Amino acid sequence: MDNAQRAMLDLRAMDELASMDSPYHRLSPLSKFLMTVVYIFITASFHKYDLTGLLFMVIFPLIGYQFAFIPVGTCFSKLRNVIPLVAAVGLLNPFFDRAPLFRIGSVNVSGGVVSMITLMLKGVFCLMASFLLMATTQIDDLCRALRKIHCPKMITSLILLTFRYTSVLLDQVSEMTQAYSLRAPGQKGIHISAWGTFLGQLLLRTMDRAEDLYEAMMLRGFSGEFHYAAGRQSSRLSWLAALITCGAVITARYINIPAFITSLFF
Amino acid sequence: MHMADALLAPAVAATMYVASSTAAGVSIHKLRKEEKLGLEDNSKRLPTMAVTAALVFAGQMINYTIPGTGSSGHLCGGMMLSAILGPFAGFLSMIAVLVIQCLFFADGGLMALGANVWNMAFYGCFVGYFLIYRPIMNSDLFASRGRDAANRIKLILASILGCVVTLQLGAGSVAVETTLSGISELPFGTFLGLMLPIHLAIGLVEGLITAAVLVFLYEARPELLREVKTEGEASGKLSLKSTLAVLAVIVVLVGGGLSLYASSNPDGLEWALFGNAEEGYAENMGLDEDDFGVSSDISDKAGEIQEATSFLPDYAFANDEENPLGTTVSGIVGSLIVACLAAVICFIGGFFRRKNAGRAA
Repeated sequence: MDNAQRAMLDLRAMDELASMDSPYHRLSPLSKFLMTVVYIFITASFHKYDLTGLLFMVIFPLIGYQFAFIPVGTCFSKLRNVIPLVAAVGLLNPFFDRAPLFRIGSVNVSGGVVSMITLMLKGVFCLMASFLLMATTQIDDLCRALRKIHCPKMITSLILLTFRYTSVLLDQVSEMTQAYSLRAPGQKGIHISAWGTFLGQLLLRTMDRAEDLYEAMMLRGFSGEFHYAAGRQSSRLSWLAALITCGAVITARYINIPAFITSLFF
Repeated sequence: MHMADALLAPAVAATMYVASSTAAGVSIHKLRKEEKLGLEDNSKRLPTMAVTAALVFAGQMINYTIPGTGSSGHLCGGMMLSAILGPFAGFLSMIAVLVIQCLFFADGGLMALGANVWNMAFYGCFVGYFLIYRPIMNSDLFASRGRDAANRIKLILASILGCVVTLQLGAGSVAVETTLSGISELPFGTFLGLMLPIHLAIGLVEGLITAAVLVFLYEARPELLREVKTEGEASGKLSLKSTLAVLAVIVVLVGGGLSLYASSNPDGLEWALFGNAEEGYAENMGLDEDDFGVSSDISDKAGEIQEATSFLPDYAFANDEENPLGTTVSGIVGSLIVACLAAVICFIGGFFRRKNAGRAA
């Protein structure tokens, strides 16, 4: 399977997840978007040594996944895009920050090790939250939510149109790659002699396609903005859920809940 | 180079959002202005922008074999989009690509989107277009080879230089943003030293791929490319503004980037005189750096004045000789001082030349 096919499958899988029905899916897109943004900003703001405080943050996306009826493991396939750079930065921390932070039995744990784990966890938690948003929200609904917070219509229309054409072009790239690999068996990618012509030909066809698309849109009365179909409306319940979640997330940032629970018993 | 949310502090991420949003706002304003002037209709431009952005996204899935290495490279989207759509429309299209990559493929975080737009779209579309692509394409470089050949060579040069420079700037920004966020324990200089060489190689390959596509486009439909003068169109000389812009990029790149690798070891002359003291050479020759040279009241006074006035002694900030940034800044400042000196020399030469010409007349 080539990259384009894999990307197409990813897009299809996300689309299928977003079209499901669950209590989390039924929340208004804007409230979900704001909840996700607040969660990510708060999670990223944890101090590099505040491992126990950060650990509690996993609770929020986990609850979200349960309400969305989506297995948590679904998002971990996306880790392949997040982990490389995070790991590249984090793995070097233990070599530069060797000062012992605490002891587990007879083993000294350095600040670098803790900051490395914190960094990786932040990456995973933020991924879980943004995946949950996209797995429960259609792109049309998200663009409509962005319009509500005054995101320029040119950007939302562009995102929407680009998304619609991404799958078409991925399909074409996949067909071309397959045809090329059948004619050049055993070759890993596109040979240097075909670098220009391969994508260039698709580009030319794409520009013609843009003309056709414009004419089709004009025939349907396009005047610079998309008119969105009535989607999920904002409900009081959505905003109540968003308010409670944001409040809990902010509380968890300032009160170390695992330490607080421990102090109740010891 | 897509940054994850974990690599940024919220304050840095918010700052980058503000910077990228400003650039997006300016782009939208420019496009609306062009529409008002009747240059291009945005409702017509929108599908072209969207389909081209989708093509860049899909095109990045293609693996291009790098001869002799066994590895593969990808397309550089920013440069290609601005060459076809112009910098403002190209920038907005790149935002669409990055948003889809972030939301559907977790390639870059939601909080880090502002930083990713800045690192990949801003440099690629604005710096790449205004400071590299446009000056080169409007120049008379390689004019002696004929219009077609010159255009091809200029496209190749602009693509490679554009991709290399913008990727270096992007990689440098990643190091700056991560360091400012206090995420990495890696010293800034080391981080930069790891990021820049890797992205130099990537930029070179991406530049070659982009060049191949743009040259193909030039041969098939040259009217699709911006700033390309075809037969019958007059080409302007490289303007002073464009020349200065290209020179500024080269100064920052060479002075700022490469000076980090400048050796902190003594130069040849210093080494020859004082560097091999361990071997006893300096002692044998009776040399000592502090006492070397002619000693007199005037020379001591001159030395004091020099020490007091030099703000970048030994190519670093005064009082901060360990700081690699000092070397970078001194590289840039040094290059600028040389440029100013050269300009003064040219001005004086021009003054006397004009005076002589006036006398002869």
